[in-house]
Amino acid sequence: MKFKAMTAIAALVAAPLSAVADPDDDTLVVNEEIEMVTKAAAPDHLSDTLDEVMSGWHFRSDETQSLQMDDFDNPAMVFVDQALEKWEEVEGAAGKSCASCHDDVEESMKGVRAVYPKWNDEKEAVYTMAMQINDCRETGMQAEKWKYTGGNMAAMEALISVQSRGMPVNVAIDGPAEAAWEMGKELYYTRTGQLELSCANCHEDNYGNMIRADHLSQGQINGFPTYRLKNAKINTVHARFKGCVRDTRAETYSPGSDEFVALELYVASRGNGLSVEGPSVRN
Amino acid sequence: MKLTSLTLAASLIGGAALAGEVAPKEVAYNEDGAIEASLTGVAGDAANGALIVGNKSKGNCVACHEITALADVPFHGEVGPMLDGAGERWSEAELRGLIANAKMTFEGTVMPAFYKVDGFIRPGDAYTGKAGQEPLPPILTAQEIEDVVAFLATLKE
Ligand code: HEC
Ligand code: HEC
Repeated sequence: MKFKAMTAIAALVAAPLSAVADPDDDTLVVNEEIEMVTKAAAPDHLSDTLDEVMSGWHFRSDETQSLQMDDFDNPAMVFVDQALEKWEEVEGAAGKSCASCHDDVEESMKGVRAVYPKWNDEKEAVYTMAMQINDCRETGMQAEKWKYTGGNMAAMEALISVQSRGMPVNVAIDGPAEAAWEMGKELYYTRTGQLELSCANCHEDNYGNMIRADHLSQGQINGFPTYRLKNAKINTVHARFKGCVRDTRAETYSPGSDEFVALELYVASRGNGLSVEGPSVRN
Repeated sequence: MKLTSLTLAASLIGGAALAGEVAPKEVAYNEDGAIEASLTGVAGDAANGALIVGNKSKGNCVACHEITALADVPFHGEVGPMLDGAGERWSEAELRGLIANAKMTFEGTVMPAFYKVDGFIRPGDAYTGKAGQEPLPPILTAQEIEDVVAFLATLKE
């Protein structure tokens, strides 16, 4: 009797306190139709550091994963429907909607998400999707800009992302975009804040490990925008970056800043070859 | 009157030490990164140290380290090595140095420095995301570090 109890205690004590944390080998097929590439050979520019790049989907629980496998279960899809209404809605002094210039979103936006951020020749700057959307609103529609990380913006990014689901991320990092890409890379490896941690410390050196209750992924953005169960809304890339930098006890950069645009280009390029998954579901 | 107490508060926040304490900028690390002398001269309280190690808003050491003695605290991380037996592997002076600034022992380690107040890139005001003014308050006070040292010293295999 006594012996048994002691063995039980010993077994309890010996049980690992952290969950088994390797990324899993499940396959992601959405709506039994769109086969996602969620693991791919690392792009050339990463060949010194990583063999394989992996979607954040592999690091989530089975329950969270399953929510992304069918649009009826994906809580982000409500917002995609709302954005579809916005797509048709005339706003601003020019009397136009997105549809006035771009017609059918399924046709005109196919492949767009896969190549953003990208160099904009006319503006001579790297443009994120959010910047392009706001440029359309201001110049094309003469309507108010949307907040960079706000609900309308996140939903519209989700709608546009849906049109590229399953296509490989393929952002250009050379030519005129190279300077921004280099800046983004520098930021990725800079150890910020009182905790002196860089993106790479968590998402390159420690992906697959638990950090307290969180299973660290590679911090890829092929699944963005992403619906988070934690805050029950769609989250933009820059809002996520801001949260991660804040967690190093640092002063964050602002959403839409040159720094975060450069960082987005760089992080996107680390996912070249993975499928566009947005809107994904995360905890 | 009010002004002086404000100034005093400000200098405390700035990481200045209480009387008899070694301030963060005055800490003497030896060439192996250890700190020989107590930071306070007051013996550490191991029980309080255990709380600090497990507490999310204090040391939060379990975010990165697994510690069997703290099995009742949920979710231990895997970023750093398991700390069972740390009290055998390291002397108190070495443990003090590891907690105050582990980079003095392990160059470039991801482990944060808990008794360091300046020299940061984009220092923030705790977890607000807003700018912080250096010197920042250290993450742990001198006595909290002594408490953590006392707790780690009890971890024998
Ligand atoms: C202290 C650790 C830490 C640091 C430093 C950190 N992150 Fe994160 N990050 C996390 C955690 C924890 C999560 C949630 C789990 C996961 O997906 O990895 C996360 C999630 C993410 C995600 C969402 C991934 C997905 O699939 O939904 C992105 C993108 C990201 N981080 C990018 C960054 C970038 C860029 C930086 C640097 C500016 C950074 N992170 C710095 C801990 C960190
Ligand atoms: C962000 C992650 C992180 C946090 C938080 C952290 N550590 Fe560490 N710690 C590490 C890593 C990684 C190492 C291994 C050193 C190396 O090789 O970089 C380490 C090493 C150690 C060691 C020596 C390991 C051994 O073999 O015995 C001790 C002791 C230690 N840490 C104690 C603590 C204490 C106490 C705290 C909290 C006050 C803490 N750590 C917080 C990451 C962390």
